Amino acid sequence: MLFGNFFNSGKNNHPVENGEVIRLEGLSKVYGVGKVEIEALKGVDLKVRQGEMVAITGPSGSGKSTLMNLIGCLDTATSGSYRLRGETVSGLGREELAEIRNRRVGFIFQSFNLLPQITAYENVEMPLLFGGIPRRKRREKIMELMARVGLSERVNHKPTELSGGQMQRVAIARALAMDPDIILADEPTGNLDTSSGGDIMNLFQDLWNQGRTILVITHDPALARRAPRQVEIRDGRVTQDNRR
Amino acid sequence: MHKPRPGLIFQLFLKASRVQKKRAALTIASIAWGTLSLLLLLAFGEGLNISIVRGMNGMGSNLTVLWPGTTSLIWKGLPAGRPVRPTIEDVALLRERVPNLEEVSGEIHRGDVPVNYGKISTNADVKGVTFGFGKIRNHIPKPGGRFLDAMDEGQRRRVAFLGDKIAEKIFGKQNPVGKEISLDKIPYTVIGVMVPKVTMGNYIGMDKDQISIPITTFRAQFGTDKLQVLVVKPDNPAHMDLVLDELHKTLGAKYGFDPTDKRVFGIWNTVETGRMTRNILMGIQIFLGIIGALTLLIGGVGVANIMYAVVKERIKEIGVKMALGARRRWVTGPIVLEGMMYTFLGGVIGLIMAMGVIIVLDQIPTRGNEALALLGKPTLSIQIGMVSAAILGMIGMIAGYFPARRAASINPAETLRYE
Repeated sequence: MLFGNFFNSGKNNHPVENGEVIRLEGLSKVYGVGKVEIEALKGVDLKVRQGEMVAITGPSGSGKSTLMNLIGCLDTATSGSYRLRGETVSGLGREELAEIRNRRVGFIFQSFNLLPQITAYENVEMPLLFGGIPRRKRREKIMELMARVGLSERVNHKPTELSGGQMQRVAIARALAMDPDIILADEPTGNLDTSSGGDIMNLFQDLWNQGRTILVITHDPALARRAPRQVEIRDGRVTQDNRR
Repeated sequence: MHKPRPGLIFQLFLKASRVQKKRAALTIASIAWGTLSLLLLLAFGEGLNISIVRGMNGMGSNLTVLWPGTTSLIWKGLPAGRPVRPTIEDVALLRERVPNLEEVSGEIHRGDVPVNYGKISTNADVKGVTFGFGKIRNHIPKPGGRFLDAMDEGQRRRVAFLGDKIAEKIFGKQNPVGKEISLDKIPYTVIGVMVPKVTMGNYIGMDKDQISIPITTFRAQFGTDKLQVLVVKPDNPAHMDLVLDELHKTLGAKYGFDPTDKRVFGIWNTVETGRMTRNILMGIQIFLGIIGALTLLIGGVGVANIMYAVVKERIKEIGVKMALGARRRWVTGPIVLEGMMYTFLGGVIGLIMAMGVIIVLDQIPTRGNEALALLGKPTLSIQIGMVSAAILGMIGMIAGYFPARRAASINPAETLRYE
């Protein structure tokens, strides 16, 4: 029961703001492979409000990874517009996108993607370094985040010395470091056993309760069904958008 | 807002590099080898340079040597093809008339003159020279001796100054100064022996084999006062052409030839040949530098190679950093830095090895071996150091640049997608 008593808690008593965080209009993405062009997204419209938790589902090849990359500013759309908290993202250059990723997007990956040769502390520090945060503030922030994910005693451990669940918690701390507008989680429990997966989902619920905007990408409809809102992508289009 | 923040690049470099010792050692070794080659080639070039310049100056520096010949132009009704034969007196005339002259000397040679000292008899080239000859032609006396002077010349003294080799041939390890030798049965007192020198240029034989006597004494004994050679030295190399023009005017007026006739004298202008030689030496040095740089480039390719491997290995980490908001230079900077570090370490090791080799070579005696003496001692100069450092730095940057560019072109979306 990965998402047990989390998406299905039904209490949903966190403060909801109505500010719009994500607005996609007619977003499309075409990959050119030589003369063959593949249309991965065919005009997606999507709005996500502050404090929402959205599960994005769809079979592999549906375009949900592409959508995730576009929302995360890892890639740029071929056409259509993307506004992130009111700022138009489409048409920005690589360096500006890097800055947006740094300040506004927190990534959580299935395989954690911690840098293996440095400590948990230094991993969480990485986005703060990129953001130009001074050393003292970095330290405060890292210690606060590591405490929040329950790993205060592990700050100086390297990823190889941590369990999968602990690694993912470090990754969550890292994603939160710059207080991003959105948290993008790509199959966050996919590599974890049931119990650590449950821990991670509890953490997500806490974050959601604090008003964070969270997008979870999953190919597992059973998991997604427990989210307050599910968006299904098929063949490059939004085919369902259900709110509970 | 977009500050370069080099400190961050260094911090990221420290956090990102996991040096694989064996691979790094091999790369550093290849750079060290290239640096060693470059430095040794340049050092040998420099040594050659030094010994050639010293050799050029062995004959005397900034000289023009003139051989009297025949006129080639018609002059005031006189036909071309007339021989011009200046005499001993003309040396004094030139000294008086030609401005900007440091010294002029005249000389007459006679080969295979029988030389006797006690029971030793041999033959030698005897040259009668004017007293200014010693100074400009670099005939420096060993301590305890002297060269011919104006008094010797004025009084027609029978004194002789020996080249170092002929002195050794006659006297062995004895000190020749004050001893009496006979030149073609006439007795002479030895007043000095030349300090040995490296000489690249010469005319009518080598100085070390010759015996110099006052030109007036020479005339009295051998009955000729026609100069075979004139040597002039201006007070400044820039005045050489002026001095030669004046010499032609003075002698042209006296002997009746066109002062613009440049073929009356055979002319060897060492200022000009020196300039050419220096250009050739510079060319050799550049050539050696290019060879060395190419050798070093192979090391650079090694560094580029290892950095490509590093980028490939860390492609996912680079993608993660990009996802976390790393700017392009924060990804490329540490890679360039790592490549530069290998290059720098290799360069330092190569420099130490080169200095070691040069110190060892310095212990090998070169005296008596002309080829080795000419090759000189490999010498490292500040210029060589700076040129090598510049080449190394450039290769290091290039070696880091291309892999770094590859890293910058990584698409984080693609690297993060696959497990």
